[in-house]
Amino acid sequence: MTVHSFQEHFDAKIDSEVMIEPRDWMPDDYRKTLIRQISQHAHSEIVGMLPEGNWITRAPSLRRKAVLLAKVQDEGGHGLYLYSAAETLGITRDEMYDQLHTGKAKYSSIFNYPTLTWADMGAIGWLVDGAAIMNQVPLCRTSYGPYARAMVRVCKEESFHQRQGFEIMMVLANGTEVQKKMAQDALNRWWWPSIMMFGPSDADSPHTAQSMRWRIKRFTNDELRQKFIDVTVEQAKLIGLTVPDPDLKWNEERGHYDFGPINWDEFWNVVKGNGPCNKERLEARKKAWEDGAWVRDAAMAHAQKRKARQENKAVKAA
Amino acid sequence: MPNSKQMNQLLYTLQIADNALILGHRISEWCGHGPILEQDIALTNTALDHLGQARSLYQHAADMFNALSSDNKKTLFTSTALQNKINKGEALDEDDLAYLRDGWDFRNVLLTEQPNKDWGYTVARSFLYDAFSFYFYAALQKSKDTVLAAVAEKSLKEVTYHLRWSSEWMIRLGDGTEESKTRVQEALDSYWAYTGEMFEMTAVDKAALADGIGVDIAAIKTLWQERVNMVLEEATLILPANTWMHSGGKECRHSEHLGYILAEMQFMQRAYPDMEW
Amino acid sequence: MNQLINKNLYGDYGDKEQASGTSGMHNTAGEWPLWEVFIRSKAGLDHKHAGSLHAADAQMAIENARDVYTRRMEGVSIWVVESKYIHASDPFEAASMYEPANDKVYRHPTFYDLPDELKHM
Repeated sequence: MTVHSFQEHFDAKIDSEVMIEPRDWMPDDYRKTLIRQISQHAHSEIVGMLPEGNWITRAPSLRRKAVLLAKVQDEGGHGLYLYSAAETLGITRDEMYDQLHTGKAKYSSIFNYPTLTWADMGAIGWLVDGAAIMNQVPLCRTSYGPYARAMVRVCKEESFHQRQGFEIMMVLANGTEVQKKMAQDALNRWWWPSIMMFGPSDADSPHTAQSMRWRIKRFTNDELRQKFIDVTVEQAKLIGLTVPDPDLKWNEERGHYDFGPINWDEFWNVVKGNGPCNKERLEARKKAWEDGAWVRDAAMAHAQKRKARQENKAVKAA
Repeated sequence: MPNSKQMNQLLYTLQIADNALILGHRISEWCGHGPILEQDIALTNTALDHLGQARSLYQHAADMFNALSSDNKKTLFTSTALQNKINKGEALDEDDLAYLRDGWDFRNVLLTEQPNKDWGYTVARSFLYDAFSFYFYAALQKSKDTVLAAVAEKSLKEVTYHLRWSSEWMIRLGDGTEESKTRVQEALDSYWAYTGEMFEMTAVDKAALADGIGVDIAAIKTLWQERVNMVLEEATLILPANTWMHSGGKECRHSEHLGYILAEMQFMQRAYPDMEW
Repeated sequence: MNQLINKNLYGDYGDKEQASGTSGMHNTAGEWPLWEVFIRSKAGLDHKHAGSLHAADAQMAIENARDVYTRRMEGVSIWVVESKYIHASDPFEAASMYEPANDKVYRHPTFYDLPDELKHM
């Protein structure tokens, strides 16, 4: 077979919706694109543990505390599934961590915003997880098998995340004046960053066309964003909160909500590291990793000692 | 404080609940900061187990509290927040007991409120406590208080796993690298002084034992000691020589740490009273 | 299959050394090994591949699998195997391996045309 026919074979599989599996031949750019996307996704999950993790020790009831703890833990699990999927592409988790810690790899910008009140736990679950689910459901059919399987698992678990977030918001919105204020304030702060989570406009998204061709992506950023806005605006109405966009208007002709201009300047600044919490988030990840080094080393050293002892025993017995 | 049978049973339940809540809270502080993803997730499962135990026990305690005479209710807890509720005639629930009691009404052992510091301290604290808790719950299954017995039965399964986890980590760290050995030995020496309190029979413990609802904790000390010796031996760690033991937690005299835990944990309920969350 | 060209087999479990085109940059010294996890969801069913994880030894791999993959009552039994011990068939031989089975339709019960009156067969 020539490179050409490998390529043709690969393309034919993609076109006929046959999944690509780890040992299959794949174009180098396909592999690189997947590693970039999956590792970014994994990093987002584990960096995403931090803003919500902030409130585990301050959750206002034991029930909320248990739910939040389970939820943040799930995000760790999701990161793990995704790192594993990326590892089938010939990169190690340590290498991916290194890319994260040195700033070479990105993660979702949304997690560079601070969680200031309890209502932020509601807003994150409702909006951020809502946006994530919008992104993730089509990924369950993405063309790379291990990624798709990881996403099936993620989506299954994720469904309670958005519900718990919306429930928090609903309770606050139906609560006292100060609770309503808290909920509205959280919506005000999280709305635009959530909208930006879908990434730059299709016109400015350099990877979209190729990723669509490879069926890594199934919908464009703008399509998903529109879908999210249409759904979420109705949910906000249901609990009497106001979406902070004066230009928001139902467009009968399009069958969608029109919305105001997105501040892409802010988006790119946060991506570049100028968000309110970029430094803290990265430092927290690095600290956990560096503080854990002696622990990981000890476990390996012990495993090796134990193995050596068993082998010794076996030799003596023989 | 007048200690009727019912009130003693309530205080006894709170003592177990407070241990679970405070240790669970401490362990939950690790979430997102563990040394490796797999263990971050593992430790959070443990935190959730403790929290679950605490909730069942607080619900039981709240039921017992709500059944007390109004005179007894007024004398039991000191915080203004709880007094206000009680004076209004409101029934208490699990959250009231966790979030509205002040430090001087918490009955957890001092060990559970000691800080995480690092993985070594966290593992040592868990191990010393899990080994106690394992034998404690095993015995509590025979409690005449059927709710306590049921909680004990369920919790024992969880604690069995916790003890396995913390024992294995004691061994890994003790028999790992030079650094890990030094660190975990230091942690063990440091938290050892909080172990004596677990086996102290307070007035509440004695009354609970006499009433057939409590555990003879003095009797499980030997079992605990044997288990600890066994694990430390495999871990090639040295049994701490110090015999001085701190105490007070079970009688509501705490270390400085508890105040900070509660300030953080209770903040929302205290800042925004009487609201649903 | 003879390699006429430099084919890249990415991320094969167990063949990481040869599989990766980037092995030179791997800095995996000290990284806990990778394990594959198989879970039996209930008695009577096979163990099924659930995913992978890192652990220092087999015991820890089982426990990590319990904590990572059975948080929602997904399992009653766990198998783990260090990923490097999995041997996989070569996808480049898929045609010769699996396609010869395609024309053996007579192995399937539906191949046989029997009268409708015949029950229970």
